[in-house]
Amino acid sequence: MRLTCVECPMGCEIEVEVSDGKVLSVKGNTCPRGKAYAENEVICPRRVLTTSVRSADGKMVSVKTAFPIKKSETFAVMEKINKITVTAPVKIGQVVCENISEDINLIATSNLND
Amino acid sequence: MFDVAVIGGGVIGATILRELTKYRLNVCLLEKEADVAMGQSRANSGIVHAGFDAPVGSLKATFNVLGNAMMEDYARELGVKFKRNGSLVVAFSEEELKTLKELKARGELNGVKKLRIISKEELFEIEPSVSKNAVGALLAPTGGIVCPYKLTVAAVGNAMDNGATLLTEFEVVKINKGENAFTITAKDGKSITAKIMINCAGIYSEEIAKAAGDNSFTVGGRKGEYILLDRECGDFVKHTLFFTPTEKGKGILVSPTVDGNIILGPTAEQVSDKNVETSVDGLKDVQEKAAKMCDKVPFGGTITSFAGTRAYCNIHDFIIEESKTVEGLINCAGIESPGLTSAPAIAKFVVEDLVSKFFEMVDNLDFDGQRKPDDFFNNLSVEEKNNIIKENPAYGKIICRCERITEGEIVRAIKTNPPATNVDAIKRRTRSGMGRCQGGFCQPQVVEIIARELNIPIEQVTKSGKGSYLLRGKTK
Amino acid sequence: MKNYDVIVIGGGPAGLAAAIRAYDLGAEVLIIEREEITGGILNQCIHNGFGLARFKESLSGPEYAARFIDEVCKRDISVMTNTTVLSLSADKKVTAINQTDGIFTLQAKAIILAMGCRERSKGALNIAGTRPAGLYSAGSAQKYVNIKGYLPGKEVVILGSGDIGLIMARRMTLEGAKVHAVCEIMPYSSGLKRNIVQCLDDFGIPLYLNHTVLKIEGNDRVTGVVIAQVDKDKKPIPGTEKHFDCDTVLFSVGLIPENELTKEAGIELCGATKGALVYQNRETTIDGIFACGNVLHVHDLVDFVSEEAEIAGAAAAKYALSGSKERSVVNTFAGDNVSYVLPQKIDKNIEGNVKLFFRVKKALEKCTVKVICGEQVLLEKKKRVVRPGEMENVILPESLVSELGGDISVVLEGKEI
Repeated sequence: MRLTCVECPMGCEIEVEVSDGKVLSVKGNTCPRGKAYAENEVICPRRVLTTSVRSADGKMVSVKTAFPIKKSETFAVMEKINKITVTAPVKIGQVVCENISEDINLIATSNLND
Repeated sequence: MFDVAVIGGGVIGATILRELTKYRLNVCLLEKEADVAMGQSRANSGIVHAGFDAPVGSLKATFNVLGNAMMEDYARELGVKFKRNGSLVVAFSEEELKTLKELKARGELNGVKKLRIISKEELFEIEPSVSKNAVGALLAPTGGIVCPYKLTVAAVGNAMDNGATLLTEFEVVKINKGENAFTITAKDGKSITAKIMINCAGIYSEEIAKAAGDNSFTVGGRKGEYILLDRECGDFVKHTLFFTPTEKGKGILVSPTVDGNIILGPTAEQVSDKNVETSVDGLKDVQEKAAKMCDKVPFGGTITSFAGTRAYCNIHDFIIEESKTVEGLINCAGIESPGLTSAPAIAKFVVEDLVSKFFEMVDNLDFDGQRKPDDFFNNLSVEEKNNIIKENPAYGKIICRCERITEGEIVRAIKTNPPATNVDAIKRRTRSGMGRCQGGFCQPQVVEIIARELNIPIEQVTKSGKGSYLLRGKTK
Repeated sequence: MKNYDVIVIGGGPAGLAAAIRAYDLGAEVLIIEREEITGGILNQCIHNGFGLARFKESLSGPEYAARFIDEVCKRDISVMTNTTVLSLSADKKVTAINQTDGIFTLQAKAIILAMGCRERSKGALNIAGTRPAGLYSAGSAQKYVNIKGYLPGKEVVILGSGDIGLIMARRMTLEGAKVHAVCEIMPYSSGLKRNIVQCLDDFGIPLYLNHTVLKIEGNDRVTGVVIAQVDKDKKPIPGTEKHFDCDTVLFSVGLIPENELTKEAGIELCGATKGALVYQNRETTIDGIFACGNVLHVHDLVDFVSEEAEIAGAAAAKYALSGSKERSVVNTFAGDNVSYVLPQKIDKNIEGNVKLFFRVKKALEKCTVKVICGEQVLLEKKKRVVRPGEMENVILPESLVSELGGDISVVLEGKEI
């Protein structure tokens, strides 16, 4: 299986050998992050989801999942996120919603002042 | 009941409307779009022609020369920029040089002053960018440039300030002639009555005349495509450059605009519908012809391309007369080039010689022909600007970076006659969004200002009226 | 008239980093920012991937900006927001406007230009068809969605595969729009490879390379577009037309450094970068005026912007506090396969290594970067893959810089992909 690594702008082309849902070998990566990415990608691809939530007074606050969530869960998680309303003040790093997917939290990536 | 209903908010309707407000008449302007100057007065070369082109003895020749002479004062009164930059008809062969002599003779018979044929040496001296293939030119120092839609907006605005009524999104679909008045009905069912009616509907003037019962003329559409270059290229040429007319047509023009851009075009393509699409071939044609006229045309400075439809008439002259079949209907139809130049003169004639037959013309003593320029702020000294900012801080907030337009000017465009109620209308009055980024930065802010000032939800703000919505609702 | 050692025009990532560096070297610094808050375009770039090189973390745009904004707040750096610079003179007078002070002029000893860039507009493309509502630059769509919270449209075609276009393909999809296609006239995407994977492939959005938009349809609002494949000369190939019903077309067709003030001050610009010609300390052709970030040349990674801004910030502080030194100048040129090299001038009297940034004209693999001076190869470096969308660099060590005998070129040899 051929993959393009998304961990950094290099975009390494990685070749992964898989059999029975198990990774046999990873070639073409240039760093350990690439290896980990490739191993996950063929078994259960994950992505950090970045989006926004609305505040009570209509302003937008950007958010991300603290860790990568299952790619297949993307739209289900978006639906949950779209129902969230935050109230000012919001600080970067603040948990906006706990366990938005599995045990992964949704955290604010922008500040919202009073 | 109105005394006079003017149909069509182009430059002809606008100037007539303003002329009418000099008298004690109750007048209105019916416009099918959300703003005035939405037809050929929007996408137009903006040339104030000298008057050597029209056939001797034609209405075109008469009104052109009269209008050219009036334009400077007319534009100044309305606070609209006008520049007598002079026109050059460039010849590229001995054959064309002969044509220039004919044009000069015709121009002189039409009453055009100061026409002169110049050598190629003089031509290259005054216009160094002209192609070295040129052999000479006809110089018409009385030629000028004006912004067609600003002139239209200002004339309507001034008319409204003097009591005229503007009804936008009033698309006339039915006209009933009663005993003493017309009942004019719009597509949405609204109707008004007026004693007389002036048809200035441009490419729709045939339809309007027919709806009133006059089948005496036909008007077609001719599409013209243009390319507009950045103000950075504004010094490329100083005069309006025309090709020498040949049997094949007039070619395109290369001209500065009064706002400092360079305009190239128009093509001339007969169209059956009122289509205003640009085409790959049309724009290529403009580029090729411009490259024939001038060396090193800075096409890299292209900021936009657009197309407009111009009316043309089977009679090939203006129709400016009371209908022979429908009493009380005055037609101003087939106003093709030089219609913009002629507009002030046409307006004067229509009101003083045609409308006067129906009313006792009592002067409106309150008439004030002056209009504050839409770009007044820009022309002030720093001290004057600072005084205004102190009073109204909105003038201290730049919204459009490219053209340096402030929030104060945008709000003013919304609150001044004729009110700008959409993004393009703001652009036509203030130039916000007209610069090199073409609204990329300022449009979201302009949309918010419109929504706030008109007290409507943001989603209801449009680009140019009904159907041209900008946003599909909130996220989430 | 108020005086400052250093005035920084623009409070985006470049301006913030430059200001911090200049302040830390002892200068009195003012940042002038036209928006309500500093941070620049990063504020609307809510996706992640920023800061991998600098912070070894994948941050979102606002988070990356906040790291610098926090640093500015800790220092006595003056910041004027909601203030637009109207003009800049060669003798370093800055005239600006805002709501509280009106129009005013400030004097600086040194200036740092950090105005960023703007998107190339659709108007410049001469696309055939009508001009209805629903045509947006990718950046303005990003502002509507991420800052204002409005969706510009629901059925989308994107023209151009620049990074912002790719990012917006994913963003609009996440917010419920259907992105039908991304259409790129070149045989390669101008965006980062990983963005193709995680913004298009992840959502099954097709990328049509070698395709252009032939025509835009719709009178009031966009109703559709026609795209077609192009041949080697970028001419549409008849018979390859595809029609999409859509209500929105996003344009992601390149960024242009915003150099109106630069030009006005009389600073010489570089045709290839559309930014100022600079020395390695990012000083322009006017002594004491420096430039950094996207106003100088369009970067693909903000990490490099910050790095460049720190160079400019340091040099500006030095100039403001101790003036200029005599120069000994060589020029740099773009050789084979290279579209530009920055800095365009090297002053041998300035200490330190010189990092030469460059962009390639086409994608190459197994390549060698060479820095040559006349016949002599000064430096060689292997690169696995280079792409036009990704800025490259090679470091010229101080020992070589001081010994340069003449103008140098950066050339690239390799196999075309």
